[in-house]
Amino acid sequence: MDASTAHAPAAAPVLQLSGIHKQFAGIPVLRDVQLNLYPGEIHALMGQNGAGKSTLIKVLTGVLEASGGQMRLGGQAVWPDSPLAAQRLGISTVYQEVNLCPNLSVAENIFAGRYPRCGIAQGFRIDWATLHQRARDLVARIGLQIDVTRLLSDYPVAVQQLVAIARALSIESRVLILDEPTSSLDDDEVQKLFEVLRRLRSEGLSIVFVTHFLNQVYAVSDRITVLRNGSWVGEWLAKDLGPQALIAAMLGRDLVAASEQPAPAPAVDSRQATLLQTEGLGQDTQLQPLDLQIRAGEVVGLAGLLGSGRTELARLLFGLEQPDRGALRIDGQVVKFANPMDAIRQGLALCPEERKTDGIVAELSVRENIALALQARMGVGKFLSRAEQTALAERYVKLLGIKTETVDKPIGLLSGGNQQKAILARWMAIEPRLLILDEPTRGIDVAAKQEIMDQILRLAQGGMAVLFISSEMSEVVRVAHRIVVLRDRHKVGELPAGSSEDAVYDLIAAEHV
Amino acid sequence: MSERSPSLLVALLRHRLAWPLITLALLLIVNTVFNSSFLHIEWRDGHLYGSLIDILNRAAPLVLVSLGMTLVIATRGIDISVGAMVAIAAAVAAWLIGGSVSGTESRFPLPVAILGAIGVALLCGLWNGVLVAKVGMQPIIATLILMVAGRGIAQLITDGQIITIYYTPYFFMGGGYLAGLPFSLFVVAVVFAVLYLAITRTALGLFIQAVGINPTAARVAGVQAGRLIVAAYVFCGVCAGIAGLLISSNVKSADGNNAGQLLELDAILAVTLGGTALTGGRFSLVGSVIGALIIQTLTYAIYSLGVPPEINLVVKAVVVFIVMLLQSPEFRAQVGALARRPGAGALQ
Repeated sequence: MDASTAHAPAAAPVLQLSGIHKQFAGIPVLRDVQLNLYPGEIHALMGQNGAGKSTLIKVLTGVLEASGGQMRLGGQAVWPDSPLAAQRLGISTVYQEVNLCPNLSVAENIFAGRYPRCGIAQGFRIDWATLHQRARDLVARIGLQIDVTRLLSDYPVAVQQLVAIARALSIESRVLILDEPTSSLDDDEVQKLFEVLRRLRSEGLSIVFVTHFLNQVYAVSDRITVLRNGSWVGEWLAKDLGPQALIAAMLGRDLVAASEQPAPAPAVDSRQATLLQTEGLGQDTQLQPLDLQIRAGEVVGLAGLLGSGRTELARLLFGLEQPDRGALRIDGQVVKFANPMDAIRQGLALCPEERKTDGIVAELSVRENIALALQARMGVGKFLSRAEQTALAERYVKLLGIKTETVDKPIGLLSGGNQQKAILARWMAIEPRLLILDEPTRGIDVAAKQEIMDQILRLAQGGMAVLFISSEMSEVVRVAHRIVVLRDRHKVGELPAGSSEDAVYDLIAAEHV
Repeated sequence: MSERSPSLLVALLRHRLAWPLITLALLLIVNTVFNSSFLHIEWRDGHLYGSLIDILNRAAPLVLVSLGMTLVIATRGIDISVGAMVAIAAAVAAWLIGGSVSGTESRFPLPVAILGAIGVALLCGLWNGVLVAKVGMQPIIATLILMVAGRGIAQLITDGQIITIYYTPYFFMGGGYLAGLPFSLFVVAVVFAVLYLAITRTALGLFIQAVGINPTAARVAGVQAGRLIVAAYVFCGVCAGIAGLLISSNVKSADGNNAGQLLELDAILAVTLGGTALTGGRFSLVGSVIGALIIQTLTYAIYSLGVPPEINLVVKAVVVFIVMLLQSPEFRAQVGALARRPGAGALQ
């Protein structure tokens, strides 16, 4: 495939990688990969989980040493052998997870390790005035209006992400690499980040942008490089490569087109009994009292920005937090959940938002992870034998297409999408009446996302109720029979099936501006 | 054959009990080298007699406490009060038996004394468990309370005296023989078997590991972590109680101040030597038993080699340090890298 030559612009690339090879223990993870980054462009690096994006980024930033290939920066052959060396060359990186110090001020974080000095021989003490002034200039440059003397932890994750970018810019950078910067941001915050990126682009900075979100690629990128299974698939101008073609390039096959996605579950019979009902359920600082009804077989979407109270509601319903007002009814009966087990006994299940911390038990096998909730409900005494666990796990591995050589592999070694499927399997195994899914598709690749969404719809058609929480509004409007909209820990309204994304955004934004 | 044996060896070395077993074997070899009669076992006075039997008998209390400690550590906890619980159990048993010098009289029947001592130890474990799981204290702080206060409680029970026990039937537990073997071995075997079955034939093992590896995720999945943690501390207390009975029966007295002194450290060491990480999660009961045997064999070696008493703790510490280094995969990898470095350097 030789898509690149046709679009090569006149300017020489600022950064050029060619013929990059990388092996781990003899297993090739990158094979003849190339990347051409031109001055003043935003370049999206795309690929499924395991395509080799992260490895390529690590080679580029000096974290890993390539087994072969060439790297040129401004025409000069270079090989950064450490992250510090890469920084000195002008290659700055902002990683997926913010890795700054929350207990230091914004300014300290930006200049950590490079504080301006003053006093005797310019090494005596930290020049706080200069430090703060330079930090203020930098945050202003990326359009942020915050007090740089306050602690980083005082600001939301989105701002912290921008501070990480400011830190990257404080080192005279020619190339800025963003590894999934948007995975913990909500839509508003993503827009803000993009404004900053556009501004930096106009200043001539070259940006490599790794993301899972297709719409974000088109919102901001000029050029796209696609990797698949460690190999280079091609390089295109963003305007020449439609979403369908991009997905096909990433997957190496034609995915069901967005317009041909399975129809949402048929409307729910309104005579179906109410399964779960809240009456003014709330908790002091977490959630204002709200009413909610979910019927059997119904998919209720819960829309709202990050921090709007979505996760808090899920935790209240599942007994992870206790409400201090209002009532929760299951089948019309008032219930109080002291812990998740009480909720599980009533037929509830929760796929939590934070897969790593709240979902997987990393060192246990896929088999044990899938059996865990069912075993917990059965209690200590009634034991699922190893053979029974294996049978259970293998059934779901097959049903959900979980990629693992054996069910005895530690779940922590699986890719994010497969971990998420295994957690879904854990809850499907208890055959819940209501499945609460909190961001089930976050941070996983397109194909896995699709499979998980299909599975959810299939479960709903089987009569299970679903409370579906997602930041990806297109997913919510596609699957939900009804959309409950939250804002600032209030319920602000409900929308029927078939509402447009814009209708949801309007409701979220109403009275907001 | 020459093709296959290295890979078989590597596979064996990868087994997580390989290094504890190698360590134990080395210690046994050292003992045999310095004392040719070390492995000799003979039939004397109606029972088996020899150094190995002696080591097993003396290791029994440590093995028991290590088993309890294994569960606690697997839940991300630690129990540094086991030594104090040993002293309390011994003191309770001694008080219930009384100080009659006749040798045939007891204040209460023997079963009452035994159950009483174990019961009090169970309550101690419950106290620890509630502090950790329900009150939310750091395990080391929660059990520090009983570690310090427990010795005082034991001395209150014994009135600050070392109670000598004269009641002969009591001596059977720690000093008697059954079918030619020390009775304490049977006690250990029963506790081990019960625990092993509970771990492998019920969901206990799965739950404990899940809670130890990721408590939050375990809770979300419906595992009742609180109860599980309380149960682990209660079991640890019971083990310490039984160990207290064995020790006081063996030395025919209850010393509130010195019974089970530093046993908590030996137990933690035994668990670690056995391959269970202090960070919780995956654990090995067999490993802890081997760890306890390593410690007892080491102690025996230090005494039989005639190391002066004033430096024997230092010798023990040095040996433990070396063993820990050898068992650490990181250390072995670093040594391996150092060994390979000259070759790598030549390539550059």
